[in-house]
Amino acid sequence: MSHVPDVVVTGLGATTPLGGDIPSTWAAALAGESGARPFDNDWVETYGLPVTFAATIKVKPEDVLPRPELKRMDPSAQYAIIAAREAWADAGSPEVDGDRLGAVVSSGIGGIWTTLDAWDTLKEKGARRILPMTVPMLMPNSPTAYVSLELGARAGAHALVSACASGAEAIGYGVEMIRTGRADIVVAGGTEATIHPMPIAAFAASRTLSLRNDDPEGASRPYDVDRDGFVIGEGAGIVVLESAAHAAARGARVYARIAGVGLSADGYHITSPEPSGDGQIRAMRAALEESEIARIDVVHVNAHATSTVVGDLIEARSIRGLLGDEADHVALSATKSMTGHLLGGAGALETIFTVLALHDRQAPPTINVENPDPELVLDLVRDKPRALRDGDIAAVNNSFGFGGHNVALVVASV
Amino acid sequence: MAYSEQEILAGLAEIVSEETGLPTDSVLPEKSFTDDLDIDSLSMMTIVTLAEEKFDVRIPDDEVKNLATVGDAVTFITGAQA
Repeated sequence: MSHVPDVVVTGLGATTPLGGDIPSTWAAALAGESGARPFDNDWVETYGLPVTFAATIKVKPEDVLPRPELKRMDPSAQYAIIAAREAWADAGSPEVDGDRLGAVVSSGIGGIWTTLDAWDTLKEKGARRILPMTVPMLMPNSPTAYVSLELGARAGAHALVSACASGAEAIGYGVEMIRTGRADIVVAGGTEATIHPMPIAAFAASRTLSLRNDDPEGASRPYDVDRDGFVIGEGAGIVVLESAAHAAARGARVYARIAGVGLSADGYHITSPEPSGDGQIRAMRAALEESEIARIDVVHVNAHATSTVVGDLIEARSIRGLLGDEADHVALSATKSMTGHLLGGAGALETIFTVLALHDRQAPPTINVENPDPELVLDLVRDKPRALRDGDIAAVNNSFGFGGHNVALVVASV
Repeated sequence: MAYSEQEILAGLAEIVSEETGLPTDSVLPEKSFTDDLDIDSLSMMTIVTLAEEKFDVRIPDDEVKNLATVGDAVTFITGAQA
């Protein structure tokens, strides 16, 4: 049997509701800050939105990117390129043959600003005013294509779409590209730019958004008894994945190892998670078995936990069901309490948090939990970060999406 | 209301600058869109679309290939105003 390469993380990048890069985002997460804020526009009055806030991006792309790039990219691609540039520089801008470099950047929804702006233009001014860049900006593979163009990544450029699991699935696919020998380095992650009145109205119509309009910062409260839905967020997270041998040969700094990738589908309902958690358990079990990591070494889980009434508890029971008594020593973090839900960016940002938690040996906090749900069967890290023990440890990042997509990544310390 | 050639040049320079990032004072009549300003066909069609709106003219697709330089575009737009 041929040797399957180990895959490590050598670079991190992000732009999020907590900060315009990794250091500011991670510092704000450890400090327990919220990225949720009221809309600074007239959407509520103009459209009658029932939700008056969101976790908007902290540093606007207008402050970072030159005008021609802003005009050529949907915001979802802008966020991805900002995060990808940071991640690539963080990895030391490695010298690599472009034929051995891949890009896998997902969005759950795609270039919806571009789509809706073009529709407005068509209605108001007619077909002749539609700009030629409309299609390359709205297509859901646009972010990964721009990352591929930027870096000359020619081993493959992919955009896996699985709603709110997209960012994690992208990283999982990037790991597979390296394991199967298609690439030595893959730039992978997720992005989303959906804070536009139409998708907000649509999410609100599905009754999944928090309506805690009088307290935006307190609205995202996974596992609190008074949670009432998720807070929509935006941004991107990107990691540089690299074969361990390639990273070692160039003396790269290694944050952590991606030890297992688990995927499953519920095949149950278009939005509701399957109540027994069977699909979630199968994804986590597959990732753990592949990683060959002992359950006693799993010390941290970054939960998908979006702050919905039903979803949070199904996941907690799934984790308990999978790990049994070994779940007693798992520090559970629900970082969407701070970032809001980045949809297609969430799985990538939370993988980054998981990687940093192992690297820095501290699990980020879950904020806003005033009264923990009595049915929560796990040890939640509340309000302040918690130290993780020395030695070989591992963590799981869960990401689940509308459509019944379940992704679990096992991350191991190095 | 017709725009003067100077106004068209200035307006075109703004559009090209937004599209390419080049300073407006580098968008001179003798400059070639492809050779000097490095504008590809997709960017050229973007510039044409924006110029049509800005100057309220029609620039037919068949005509675009004849617009080699910024000056060609200014001349065409000036004549198309009528």
